[in-house]
Amino acid sequence: MIKIEHTLVYYLTNTVDMIKINNLNFGYSKHKPLFKNMSMQLSNGHIYGLLGKNGAGKSSLLKNIAGLVYAQSGALDVMGFNPAKRQPALLEQICFIPEEFYLPSVKIDAYVRANAPFYKKFDHQYFGNLLKEFDIPVGQKLINMSYGQKKKVIIAFGLATQANLIIMDEPTNGLDIPSKAQFRKIMASAMTEDRCIIISTHQVRDLDNLIDTVIMLDENDVALKASVQEITEKLTFKRVKEIDESIIYAEPSLSGYNAVMPNYHQEESKLDMELLFNAILAEKIKFKPLFN
Amino acid sequence: MEFRDNKAIYLQIAEYVCEHILLGKWKADEKVPSVREMAVELEVNPNTVMRTYELLQNKNIINNKRGIGFFVAENAIDGVKSYRKVQFMDDELPVVFRNIYLLNIGFDELKTKYETFVKENFNA
Repeated sequence: MIKIEHTLVYYLTNTVDMIKINNLNFGYSKHKPLFKNMSMQLSNGHIYGLLGKNGAGKSSLLKNIAGLVYAQSGALDVMGFNPAKRQPALLEQICFIPEEFYLPSVKIDAYVRANAPFYKKFDHQYFGNLLKEFDIPVGQKLINMSYGQKKKVIIAFGLATQANLIIMDEPTNGLDIPSKAQFRKIMASAMTEDRCIIISTHQVRDLDNLIDTVIMLDENDVALKASVQEITEKLTFKRVKEIDESIIYAEPSLSGYNAVMPNYHQEESKLDMELLFNAILAEKIKFKPLFN
Repeated sequence: MEFRDNKAIYLQIAEYVCEHILLGKWKADEKVPSVREMAVELEVNPNTVMRTYELLQNKNIINNKRGIGFFVAENAIDGVKSYRKVQFMDDELPVVFRNIYLLNIGFDELKTKYETFVKENFNA
């Protein structure tokens, strides 16, 4: 069973900026900057979907936030801390699920004994529930598990830390079909009003109904940061038979085109995240005035 | 639940709730699933379900009892019907009208068809 929070009514009462990024400059070498003067704020009560082409800097941004790499200049504030200082008081509030990871040659209980003490709020019962939910064989050594099983163990461990900042880099990579559905259910229940969840992904179809705010990186900066509601208020996504000048971007489909256009008639369309992604890459300038 | 591609998710969830009410699965004054329960069941963001519940509250289909949760309103069925009527008039009828016009179908022919349909399906 997935743990359901006791609060029956969900209210977003106190929204604060948990992450403040100001004029961040970052690159792995001085001649090749990855982020140029990037600024952005992220708050609690949201699941942010971080999108971008290969090499756009999704993982690097997540690593900056988690204090795993250091910026050349600019300010980065995560829950009142500078993550580059790696203070335990901050690290115990961050759950970071990297895309590539190493797990030692021990069983799950030994792993928990060694690592859970770093997190004051670690919930052993919740961890056990998540392992059951994910169908993980408990007695096996971590090193002998498949990539997907290991991934599920670290996701379960990460969520059981009860951290308020949850950062996941391509979490559905390597998960089989039933595990992806379980993952979506687990994330829907993990999203509480005091948590900020950031998920980077290429598999937008796995997660598009979970994400409430889209962040897209392109050309060394944030190309778009907008809630699904704001995007669908401003744009409409639909199938059309013919292309006319109102269409910003279109892709051919079986019966015409899948098109993005300004939402002149207050239509309530479903955000097509893949189409939006391609549209922004192709027609970035046309979107800029729509989203400040 | 399989979502369609042509309509906002929060509206599809609203249809799902309305369907349950019309079919009598959720009756007046009964509690509807919490935002979180619904989000987990449908594998969607809780904020999306919250948006649905706010919409249904505005349409007097569900009520929010603070601290306890959401309940089916006393006259929910009337609320659902008037909400669905607006949706039908705005979204579905134009498509039907377009076909009636393009295929040159007369209103007399439609009336006969409609009356037969009601007789066969609802014994009215």
